[in-house]
Amino acid sequence: MHIHFLDPYRSGSSPVHAADARLKFVLTLAFILTASLTPPGAWPVYILLFALILSVEILSGLGVGYVLKRSLLALPFVLAALPLPFTVEGRTLFSLPLGGWMLTASLEGLARFVSVALKSWLSVQAAVVLAACTPFPDLLMAMRAIRIPRLLTAMFGLTWRYLFVLADEALRLMRARAARSGAETGAAPSASLRAGGSVAWRARVAGGMAGSLFLRAFERSDRIYAAMLSRGYDGEVRALPPPTFTAAHWLTLTLGLTLLALLLGFGLLFWG
Amino acid sequence: MHHSIEIKDLSFTYPDGHPALQNVSLTIAPGEKVALVGPNGAGKSTLLLHLNGILSGQGSVRVCGLSVAKENLARVRAAVGLVFQNPDDQLFSPTVFDDVAYGPIYQGLEREEVERRVTSALAAVGMSGYAQRVSHHLSAGEKKRIAIATVLSMNPEVLVLDEPTAGLDPRARRGLIRLLGGLPMTMLVSTHDLAMARELLPRTVILDEGRVVADGPTEALLANAALLEAHGLEMP
Amino acid sequence: MLYSPAPMHIPDGFLSTLVAVVLWILSAGVIAYALRRVGKDLGERQVPLMGVLAAAIFAGQMLNFTVAGGTSGHLLGAALAAILLGPWAAIIVMTTVVSIQALIFQDGGLLALGGNLFNMAVIGVAVSYFVYTSVQKIARGQKWGVFVGGFAAAWLSIVVAALACALELALSGTSPANVAVPAMGGIHMLIGVGEGLITLGALAFLYAARRDLLHIGEAAPAGGRAVWVGGLLIALLLAVLSPLASAHPDGLEWVAEQKGFLDAAQEPLYNIIPDYLFPGVSNDALATILAGILGVLIVFGVALGVAYLRRKQMTDR
Ligand SMILES: Nc1ncnc2c1ncn2[C@@H]1O[C@H](COP(=O)(O)OP(=O)(O)O)[C@@H](O)[C@H]1O
Ligand SMILES: [Mg+2]
Repeated sequence: MHIHFLDPYRSGSSPVHAADARLKFVLTLAFILTASLTPPGAWPVYILLFALILSVEILSGLGVGYVLKRSLLALPFVLAALPLPFTVEGRTLFSLPLGGWMLTASLEGLARFVSVALKSWLSVQAAVVLAACTPFPDLLMAMRAIRIPRLLTAMFGLTWRYLFVLADEALRLMRARAARSGAETGAAPSASLRAGGSVAWRARVAGGMAGSLFLRAFERSDRIYAAMLSRGYDGEVRALPPPTFTAAHWLTLTLGLTLLALLLGFGLLFWG
Repeated sequence: MHHSIEIKDLSFTYPDGHPALQNVSLTIAPGEKVALVGPNGAGKSTLLLHLNGILSGQGSVRVCGLSVAKENLARVRAAVGLVFQNPDDQLFSPTVFDDVAYGPIYQGLEREEVERRVTSALAAVGMSGYAQRVSHHLSAGEKKRIAIATVLSMNPEVLVLDEPTAGLDPRARRGLIRLLGGLPMTMLVSTHDLAMARELLPRTVILDEGRVVADGPTEALLANAALLEAHGLEMP
Repeated sequence: MLYSPAPMHIPDGFLSTLVAVVLWILSAGVIAYALRRVGKDLGERQVPLMGVLAAAIFAGQMLNFTVAGGTSGHLLGAALAAILLGPWAAIIVMTTVVSIQALIFQDGGLLALGGNLFNMAVIGVAVSYFVYTSVQKIARGQKWGVFVGGFAAAWLSIVVAALACALELALSGTSPANVAVPAMGGIHMLIGVGEGLITLGALAFLYAARRDLLHIGEAAPAGGRAVWVGGLLIALLLAVLSPLASAHPDGLEWVAEQKGFLDAAQEPLYNIIPDYLFPGVSNDALATILAGILGVLIVFGVALGVAYLRRKQMTDR
């Protein structure tokens, strides 16, 4: 019983997969920052950013469908921006009589709403491509390289490693719960069982499972600590220095950042 | 010439008051291969954890001529390779490479030397080409081999294994026995797998309730049905 | 899908760049301090313990249970982490959890990560710690203190974090305070009950099985007082600020405007399609349509070009 689906990495041999993780990490962040700074309503810039990320998606061989499907994850949050068309003042788009109220949507508000949704959608796509084309251990190397504290990257590494192990344990627990509750539905529902069906009871069962998960995690961390000690761990987190960042890497990085800066400049100049 | 392992009158009590080891004495010469058998809860794992100072009780423990004490810990831990029972506890790094390189990195070696050690340790366990794999996706047998590689990369003089064949299917077990048979260093192996002991480990020590109750040639002990039964063991 | 995203993780695009950057700086400062503290409090054991517990919180988030009408309660974990490990280690653990959620599952954005860390790792932990230790003091070591404290800490940490999230959205000009605050607050008063119940169940289990584990966190911090005060202030501030902002959404918007956040938004629409882009086309609507068509053509041209190049490269091999 293995939880593979938790790992978003899709192996491949595309240039996007092959690119240095540091490069991908920094460029992804820069892309997201660019999308964030692009003024609302700068449609050409959004279109160019979309063309950019779409080409990377195609280049990666992930399948545009895969990325688009995963990118819809942030969709529900769009609800938060839904009032924008009605709260930003501007030229009237339409009016909705609502009870005693009059809801008036403005063009400017709509433009802002669409811009927020676009920023979000573009950013999620970039993050999806990064996670799907870069093995997490390489991302860790990239984070060490950009000076994220080593204790934190060590934590990320451990958590990622045991995420799978503990998720397996959680699945086993849930399977056991399902097996037991299946038996209960067959039995005549006594008073206590009906009480058992309450939300509080279900929450308690889930809490009990979380508790046993935590207990096992505590015990496991003792054994891991022993295993680390026996191989020389002395309280300090150490790792090999990352491989050299070559001239070609610098060149690619500069080109990528310049392109994004140009797009941003274009947006700020005409719509800022 | 020093002994590989020299334990004198070792006693250990867990914080909850449970006496796990009582007056254990044991000497193992360089190159010897010894099985440590006994029922569950006999204290086998507890004893093994004393060999590189993760636990420390009363009495003396010396490894490769070094006393297992705070000032020697780094050298002791490099000299004794301890392979834990559950490889998921031992393989705590994101990739196989990171795990096998962990010991050498903490020994303070340079990148080239670390990489050399990783390559040869993986080759020694027949897992070349697995360096960039993620531990979680390996089979139980593969994890066990990698776990052994994580200590081989430290070039230990003594290899200590806790129930290495537990939970392996017959083919993985066979492969592991072949692998262990080919390793030259001193070995102390805690196990319930008496057939493996007979094949691989000429000397056997029986531990029960924290005491050494028998110590001798494996063939002789395994022929003594009464002794085995008295300590919850079964003839293979 | 076993992994269900909680509605509190802000994706990229919803925070204005300024708000996102300010929150990043705040979070980074607190986390850096927590990293320094944690070394002193827990010693060498810190790394494996925190790493595996962060993984356990992750796995615990999979143990969702149905509440009603298709919604499900599940664990955020800030309260459990704060109770079990003390505030500083809990901040690190929650930082790990929230960061990995963003990096691997795209649950929450990367630029918005600073804000999400601030809400869930900093505010969530500080409020939990404040509530739990206060109830413990009142209970004077009696058993009910653990459970009431645990439930209250979990519930309030969720609600306060959600209010902070709503205020950040309002400050970014994305969602007006009079909508965001009641909506986020209301939903999370319910979700918080789920969090509280699971936390309670987990504490009950640990209390029965290994009571000693519940005291690791207490042994920890000399700086715990600062967290306690911080939690109190955050809870108070948000309790006062959110209804205020909600009643006077214009006030917040006014602040935002003064800071220039919204300036860009107030630009009239006709600036969006500059005339010189299509000389000769004076009609706004027509220009918009033309720009749209051109945009679609650009996107498809690029996509087709890349796809062609890639195909060629594959067949060449
Ligand atoms: N961390 C611990 N705390 C308390 N008792 C323990 C601990 N670990 C092991 N024990 C107890 O010590 C005894 C020896 O355990 P162990 O060395 O693991 O036995 P074996 O490996 O031979 O099965 C057992 O009775 C066990 O319950
Ligand atoms: Mg054992």
